[in-house]
Amino acid sequence: MKRPTNTAEQLAPFVSIAGLLLIWEGAVRIFQVPQFILPAPSQVISAGYHIRNLLLYHTGVTLGEALGGLLLAIAIAFLMALLLHNINWLYGMIYPLLILSQTIPLVILAILLPLWLGWGIAPKIVIVVLVCFFPIVINLLNGLDEVDPDQLSLFHSMGASPLATFFMVKMPAALPAFFTGIRISATYSLMAAVISEWVGAQRGLGYFMTIKQKAFAIDEVLAAVLVICLLSYLLVKCTDGLEYWLVPWNRPNLPEEEWN
Amino acid sequence: MGYLQIKGVSKTLGRIHTLDNISLSVNQYESVVILGPSGCGKSTLLNIVAGLISPDQGQILIDGEDWTGRTGRVSYMQQKDLLLPSRTILDNVAIPLILKGTPKKQARQIAQQHLTEFGLSDFSSYYPRQLSGGMRQRAALFRTYLFARDILLLDEPFAALDAITRRRMHLWLKDLQSRYRWSILFVTHDIEEALIMADRILVLSARPARILQEFAVPEQPDITTHQSIKKNILQLLEPEEDDTSVYRGNSSQL
Repeated sequence: MKRPTNTAEQLAPFVSIAGLLLIWEGAVRIFQVPQFILPAPSQVISAGYHIRNLLLYHTGVTLGEALGGLLLAIAIAFLMALLLHNINWLYGMIYPLLILSQTIPLVILAILLPLWLGWGIAPKIVIVVLVCFFPIVINLLNGLDEVDPDQLSLFHSMGASPLATFFMVKMPAALPAFFTGIRISATYSLMAAVISEWVGAQRGLGYFMTIKQKAFAIDEVLAAVLVICLLSYLLVKCTDGLEYWLVPWNRPNLPEEEWN
Repeated sequence: MGYLQIKGVSKTLGRIHTLDNISLSVNQYESVVILGPSGCGKSTLLNIVAGLISPDQGQILIDGEDWTGRTGRVSYMQQKDLLLPSRTILDNVAIPLILKGTPKKQARQIAQQHLTEFGLSDFSSYYPRQLSGGMRQRAALFRTYLFARDILLLDEPFAALDAITRRRMHLWLKDLQSRYRWSILFVTHDIEEALIMADRILVLSARPARILQEFAVPEQPDITTHQSIKKNILQLLEPEEDDTSVYRGNSSQL
């Protein structure tokens, strides 16, 4: 992945975000948009600050569901990719189901799952897992398939067992793709948790937003959105950090061989 | 030890008759170069010697023992370095030892002992991506050596390098061979490379590959010997490289 190399590139994302907020703020002030239609960012932030304790409580609930679901999704995706990669007939059986699982409208699931799984945390976790495991499985499978066949025959010629070949060659080679999948899923996880709370929840940011939206407290709804964006961004950054730590050979700042 | 015999090996890949009754031997400490046009089945022959594929007919004997269709006896190096990007140079070259069951720490120690001779002592903690092609091939040869210390199969190992680096690698490999007393079976389509590396050169025909002729290369050939061997090899190969004969050769298979 391309990473910023100088200060200008490091500042770039903050400039674009700040710019967007400024345009929003300016437009609301110039055109005098009523607050119950579209509040300015400053109003959203101050509303959010006002209800910070309430916001924090619901954020905690949603973050818990998102992280729990994401971790479970990573575990399931990892095991599933291992099985599908190694057993061809299983791949033929399961792969179409994987795709079908992604075609079910989430909103309907959010309504139906509580009927089957109760009103607790279970249906929420299921929705997050359903959304998050797919990008990880697909990317990991791709990564495992992309290993150079000559590399595999070299290990075969050295008498390596399939298991040794898998852990020494295939798994490390697939790690970057694995992290690409996790990165995508991390951005989806909070959103999925929020959708799961849209119906039949008594807490969480999804529940909070439906209540506030009905009360036309748009500034508080947007404050919750802001929190979701911020947390999703942080989750992706955490994934980046984890990859930097676990895939040291792909770090962008490795020095090249010096001429001698 | 390191006495390799290839006895009457034939192979048809798919519907293409690739190898036709190839017999040759590599004596201990000898360097035999197989020279042939591109796509003539040289790599197939090495794959058979390595045990990666089985011949339709014929046998591979190593020190008199039958190794036909079995891997794990000789070491094999290809044009691609095939180093694992996820491992440092030291951990890459230690792989064959680890695969044989040597504990990791001990495998590293053994690898460490030879790093200097292979010109890699400054780069042991580098990842392959950080090194030039020449350095990576050195590491690949080192890994090859740590797998089997007597017989090395080298399949155009320096073909991807620039001319100057390739020249340096030839001299370096010659030097290592005289020190370690390897038996080498070297495959190339480059006549100059064959003349530098070989004690004996076996010239193969286009598909189906047969051995056309054998040339002994003296230790330090003078210019005239060098030129005359080169001329003879070229004469041998040129009619085979002619387009019409290649098509004629193939038409009987298709």
